[in-house]
Amino acid sequence: MLYGFTWDTGHGELAFAISILPILLMGLITTLEAAFLGFFVACVLGMGFAVLRGARSRLVAWPTAVVIEFIRDTPLIAQLFFLYYVLPDYGILFPAFLTGTLALGIQYSAYMSEVYRAGIQAVDRGQREAAKSLDLPPARTFTHVILPQAIPRVIPALGNYLVSIMKDVPVLSVVTVIEMLNAAKIIGDQTFDYLVPLSMVGGIYLILTIVASALVRLVDVKLPKRGISLR
Amino acid sequence: MSDPIIAFDKVKKAYGHFTVINELNFEVQRGEKVTIIGPSGSGKSTVLRILMTLEGINGGVVYVGGEPLWHERLNGSMVPASERHLRKMRTQLGMVFQQFNLFPHMSVLRNLTEAPRVVLGLSKEKARQRAEELLELVGLVDQAHKFPGQLSGGQQQRVGIARALAMRPKIMLFDEPTSALDPELVGEVLNVIRKLAAEHDLTMVMVTHEMRFAREISDRVCFFDKGRIHEQGTPEQLFSQPKEQRTREFLKAVLNG
Repeated sequence: MLYGFTWDTGHGELAFAISILPILLMGLITTLEAAFLGFFVACVLGMGFAVLRGARSRLVAWPTAVVIEFIRDTPLIAQLFFLYYVLPDYGILFPAFLTGTLALGIQYSAYMSEVYRAGIQAVDRGQREAAKSLDLPPARTFTHVILPQAIPRVIPALGNYLVSIMKDVPVLSVVTVIEMLNAAKIIGDQTFDYLVPLSMVGGIYLILTIVASALVRLVDVKLPKRGISLR
Repeated sequence: MSDPIIAFDKVKKAYGHFTVINELNFEVQRGEKVTIIGPSGSGKSTVLRILMTLEGINGGVVYVGGEPLWHERLNGSMVPASERHLRKMRTQLGMVFQQFNLFPHMSVLRNLTEAPRVVLGLSKEKARQRAEELLELVGLVDQAHKFPGQLSGGQQQRVGIARALAMRPKIMLFDEPTSALDPELVGEVLNVIRKLAAEHDLTMVMVTHEMRFAREISDRVCFFDKGRIHEQGTPEQLFSQPKEQRTREFLKAVLNG
């Protein structure tokens, strides 16, 4: 029994599959929650990293570059273990789910900061010069001239990371989060039938990523209607 | 002729070993319309970019309105200008770019009201009123709510001119304003600049390849070569009786080209 649902092992594969579907869908909700929360953290934190990384002061830019590189070059699971097992020693105790989404968000923020940075750098130099010639303050130039042109360019890349995060959520199972894959594994452990639940997870993931990719494409088509050329 | 609004005093500018501006002395009087001509790479655009504070200098002093642009006076000595000083100085200048550099995600109206509202603190209505007056001047009132991408190159450049004017600069800098335009669109932009040239108070410095236009509107034409003014004079002098061999060669090449 899991999430209050029991599985039916006595009436063949199909009945078994139908009986465990609600369990897997409960797991899917956790997966989606973790993915979207992690993606949100990555979007915000990644922008922060991108801004600091592009700072004119080397005292700010260089340490940020080191941190980004460190995050990118260490495994997600190592970061996850660190947050989950080391932080409590210092009195910081988060629930497993929160720790997991935080780890996902931090890992992906490093990747996404590079995407943002590329998008920001792709905005024509003339835009900054025009803003400067009009005496617009640098912060205003960034938020009202550069970003509105940079963001639409990077939407597809960010969307791909969302899909990628979804596929990384099962890593959270190592810190006891019961997301979809972990739920399937638990079912397998108890029924000795791994084939059905794991195949179902594969199928659900396939549907999920196809839908997510389609959504990303849709957003990409709809968004840049306000005269921004995406050369 | 005294009290110039722009003065370059032995200004140097180099990119690595490549000297773009070489000990340049250059003055512009209040209200004067000066055109800079010369071969590409002669440093003529750089002069405008230095004035607009888009490029720093490596030596000498630039004065705008009698005040050093890239320096500040501190306890009697000249120190490199702070960002605050640059921002203060910048408000006297407006620039029109070769590639227009309009903000593509903002409507024409918003392009014209953004800086006046944010920098000058104008109210929404005031900024809008000013923008409409300027659109009237450049003949684009009916395009206020379009985006730059929906306009022709000539219309975009007219918006570019209006946008710079919205800050009420004392000095307007034109960096090859018609070079990126299709030939049939050049005229409408030149007409707008011609209107501005009729204003006595406005100081104009223009880099252009439109020789006939330069001749028509300029008080003075400067021929730039190798980072210096090679020859200058009234349009009549420079175009009809150039003294220097190099100037004659250049004029012959561009006028027959």
